[in-house]
Amino acid sequence: MSGFSAAIAIASKDLRTELRTKESLNSAASFALVILVLFSFAFDLGRDEFLAISGGLLWLVYAFAGALIVNRSFARELPNDCLDILIASPAPGWAIFLGKAFASFLLLMIVELISLPVFGVFYNVPWVDSFFPLLLIMVLATWGITIAGSAFSAVTVNVRLRELMLPVLLYPLLIPLLTAAMEMTTALMNGESLGGSNSGGLRILTAFDAIFTALAVYLIEYILVL
Amino acid sequence: MHAVAADRVWKYFGDYPALRGASLEVAQGACVALIGRNGAGKTTLLRILASLSKPSKGDVKLLGLEARSTEARSRIGYLGHGIGVYDDLSAMENLILFARLLGVEKPAEAAKSALERVDLWRVRDGLAREYSRGMRQRLAIARAFLGNPELLVLDEPFTSLDDRAIGVLQQLLSGARSRGATIIMSTHQIREAMELASDVALLERGKMIFAGPRTTEMMLDPGWLYRTYAERRPGDAPA
Repeated sequence: MSGFSAAIAIASKDLRTELRTKESLNSAASFALVILVLFSFAFDLGRDEFLAISGGLLWLVYAFAGALIVNRSFARELPNDCLDILIASPAPGWAIFLGKAFASFLLLMIVELISLPVFGVFYNVPWVDSFFPLLLIMVLATWGITIAGSAFSAVTVNVRLRELMLPVLLYPLLIPLLTAAMEMTTALMNGESLGGSNSGGLRILTAFDAIFTALAVYLIEYILVL
Repeated sequence: MHAVAADRVWKYFGDYPALRGASLEVAQGACVALIGRNGAGKTTLLRILASLSKPSKGDVKLLGLEARSTEARSRIGYLGHGIGVYDDLSAMENLILFARLLGVEKPAEAAKSALERVDLWRVRDGLAREYSRGMRQRLAIARAFLGNPELLVLDEPFTSLDDRAIGVLQQLLSGARSRGATIIMSTHQIREAMELASDVALLERGKMIFAGPRTTEMMLDPGWLYRTYAERRPGDAPA
């Protein structure tokens, strides 16, 4: 079996078990929705002010929801020592990792797509017109969050305080990615396009994704097999 | 060529050496009972032989291949302390997944045959979490024997099995031996292990202090090996 087939098998398994238990999906989606609703009541801002902070608010919510999802990525393998069986299988470490990262990516995308209309309604933000450019930002930034998050999920899988350790390790690393995603999202909400001065953000997202995917794929064998 | 060739293997956890230059050579087709007291390093050695862990020092070859090579891993079956199956997948889904990861050509057929061997075919669509303890153990055994591995690494396989699972495991082990597979199993049940084993290896505080063919003395007196090798160290009182 090729590495990519193994990655697909592992991603399918993760998605199937998640859709049965809804452990991460329920917690991440309800967290994102509750935070968006609470923030809408907490701040009494005008429309222009909301538009100015819209990108930051949206991506903070997505980053926190992402941590809930990637935290379960490798922790899902702990009951019954299933991680041992994956590591002992002929599937290469990078395939195990990419399969799990891809499953987390799809789950986080689902959460983002569920919470985006709620964000639009509660904050009166015009996201529909710029949906496709926004989707591009979401795909690039979500892949970055899940690839870095899954790597740290593997690092912290056997740590007792992993729910705490993962965000502590992950968020500082995500600063360039989140900053770029926030700025571009705010620009889109203000009716700007992704071209011109905003295209630098796309380059940052693409570079972040490429660098962290390559690093994680290279290092995962050393992380998993001690 | 040996099925297993571990040469002066050391494994440190922090500063603590769990294995201290342990060497083991296992001929193809042999069935080795790896015995030793708690903390002797049996699980550590078996995890290295199952490619789950890397030695800090020393060299390990499995079936003539590097221990972590893809080809070696595709020819090893491992049963550890955990059952290694997903609670939220059915028995069939579990085995199809592992058969796919092993690169078995027809995963569904291999899963069906494995479930029939452990008498779980009729409940193939039940989630593993809904199974009784004995059924889960039999599912774990089916998973370890998927794809007819050439090398079986079993960590205390008989511990806490019910009589039915013991029967299934003995039958599968006997089938594996008859097709020439090599078996290494750690155990505390020395008397039962001696009946299955062709060879015995004794670990004591991370060192392999005996490795050789099983003898009549070992069969007749389970304590003989410990008294003869483990308890005769310079400075110790005579046993």
